[in-house]
Amino acid sequence: MARVFYENVTKAWGDVIGVNNLTLEIPDKEFLVLVGPSGCGKSTALRCLAGLEEITKGNIWIGDRIVNDVPPKDRDIAMVFQSYALYPHMTVYDNMAFGLKLRKTPKDEIERRVQEAAKILGITQLLDRKPKQMSGGQRQRVALGRAIVRDPAVFLFDEPLSNLDAKLRVQTRAEISKLHQRLGTTFIYVTHDQVEALTMADRIAVLRDGVLQQVNTPQHLYDHPGNVFVAGFIGSPAMNFFSGTITGTLEEMYVDSGGVRIRLPQNEVEQLGAENIGREVIFGVRPEDIHHPQYIPAGVKEQLIEATVDVTELMGNEIFVYLLTEKEESFIARVDPRAHLRPGDKVKMAFNSEKVHIFDKATEKMLATPKGTESAA
Amino acid sequence: MNTSASLPGTGYALRKALSKTTLRTAVLIICFVWTLPSLGLFISSFRPENDIRASGWWTVLETPFEFTQWTLANYEKVITANGLGQTFINSLIVTIPATVIPITIAAFAAYAFAWMDFWGRDVFFALIVGLIVMPLQMALIPVLRLYTSSGLNGTFLGIWLAHTGFGLPLAVYLLYNFIAQLPRDLIEAAKVDGASHFQIFTGIVLRLSTPAVASFAVFQFLWVWNDLLVALVFLGTSPSASTMTARLSELVGSRGQDWHLLTSGAFLSMVVPLVVFFALQRYFVRGILAGSVKE
Repeated sequence: MARVFYENVTKAWGDVIGVNNLTLEIPDKEFLVLVGPSGCGKSTALRCLAGLEEITKGNIWIGDRIVNDVPPKDRDIAMVFQSYALYPHMTVYDNMAFGLKLRKTPKDEIERRVQEAAKILGITQLLDRKPKQMSGGQRQRVALGRAIVRDPAVFLFDEPLSNLDAKLRVQTRAEISKLHQRLGTTFIYVTHDQVEALTMADRIAVLRDGVLQQVNTPQHLYDHPGNVFVAGFIGSPAMNFFSGTITGTLEEMYVDSGGVRIRLPQNEVEQLGAENIGREVIFGVRPEDIHHPQYIPAGVKEQLIEATVDVTELMGNEIFVYLLTEKEESFIARVDPRAHLRPGDKVKMAFNSEKVHIFDKATEKMLATPKGTESAA
Repeated sequence: MNTSASLPGTGYALRKALSKTTLRTAVLIICFVWTLPSLGLFISSFRPENDIRASGWWTVLETPFEFTQWTLANYEKVITANGLGQTFINSLIVTIPATVIPITIAAFAAYAFAWMDFWGRDVFFALIVGLIVMPLQMALIPVLRLYTSSGLNGTFLGIWLAHTGFGLPLAVYLLYNFIAQLPRDLIEAAKVDGASHFQIFTGIVLRLSTPAVASFAVFQFLWVWNDLLVALVFLGTSPSASTMTARLSELVGSRGQDWHLLTSGAFLSMVVPLVVFFALQRYFVRGILAGSVKE
């Protein structure tokens, strides 16, 4: 049971910077997901914590000690690898018992712990098998089991689901969440998949080029992304961005990209203030906040925008519509499956004017954010 | 999709059959040429001394069932020759440690070069591997002088060390190639599990490197067993210490007058390498392929 604290941690190889001045506190028992595109430094951050990489600057705390110079085996952590990294010449039982044997745990204690972990993961019948005799999903469970038996203070996961097929991934995702509830240990989980992050995390930390972009709960990150990168990274399909300016007055303020012009709600006008009138901005609207004019949900303050349908993708319970504004700005809408739209159709799409995210064009930082579900509650 | 365009036509089939035949013929010819000398030697080893001197070994093929032209005399002579049994044991005493010692050292070294971070790692590795190009003949005299002054000359320890030294560069290089290609995750998982470098090496790396170790063991064993030069230089020809190869070369006589004995002696000395080769053969093939295909 331990909190983890990255204190101004930098990891560099010569001129190449993996993690850049990362400060991040992960309280005891939290499920934190590190997410970002490949090469953003999330795995490096995890490996630094595991002790597999030496950090260049800063301190890493596990519990109440600095572990900068502590070897991996003494950090009280367990790690699950993307490739499972099972020892191919050992049985499942020996794979799970390996770490305990090295720690000179008594035999009956090893037996008890391995059996218990195997029961939790439902792999009791596999204990005599070798890794090559098992499927990917089974191997991943063994890898989890190997971590569980150690009863560490912190669990580290490095993209553990990437090698599984889609169905198994969803299933294992839920199992890891359950495991976290059951064990009540700090989990730190690295993934490039924002869906995994949103579904599993207590909090998400978004990294880009080694720099921490934003840390918060999944809902907060979704509702109030702090910059253009986070806004574009979290959510699928990604948020639509338009490049425009703030126009109008404090009484009647608009964002205007030429093709899209939306009157801003009072709370965003207040966030922006008079000094931002005329500023060049990037504004974003999520695909689910753009509706077909005939199927606007109740309570939405819509702003109709002229657009032409380019492509439609039926997903069953919804349709992804790719559209072009009059100024050829492309955007995606998730609309009601009853909506009849064909490529080439001209349609007035209903933008939810209360769900506009506004970012500064130069810094890409958030200027005004819509009322979220959290703040409304 | 139009697949007929990519279907092999009759011309293709013909070419394929032809190339197969050509290939097989070529392989057969190569095998034949390659084994011909050994076959000749093998046949000669069963012929009487005078026949060997008088006619070529192929003449027996005209009348293979005429048993008067076959004899076991050569084998008898070699086996009962003075001290050959002792030299057989000497050969084993030389060869087994001279195989085990370099492999043990090389495996440790290869692991260190592959997975440990230490000062000057790349330079040391380049130096050691660079020694592969050193002809061992160049080292014979300096090493011999060193041995004479330190009393190692003519001792088994001396020749073990010599073979170890000569074998190490290649051993380190081969084992390094294999060990460095083991998945990084595996080593790191073991580290996180709490294993020290020594435990990772003995518990995981060594077990997974069996194919590479076995194939190098075969190479080194054959080389040391068949070696004459190093054995002659460091052990000399005294019956108590010399190896089988050295004794056989003596049997032939200084002017080669008894070379018919060499034929049977060669086949006798081949027995042990053959046993070793077939015992380790399945690892040997895997070892050569090692790392070429991802598991």
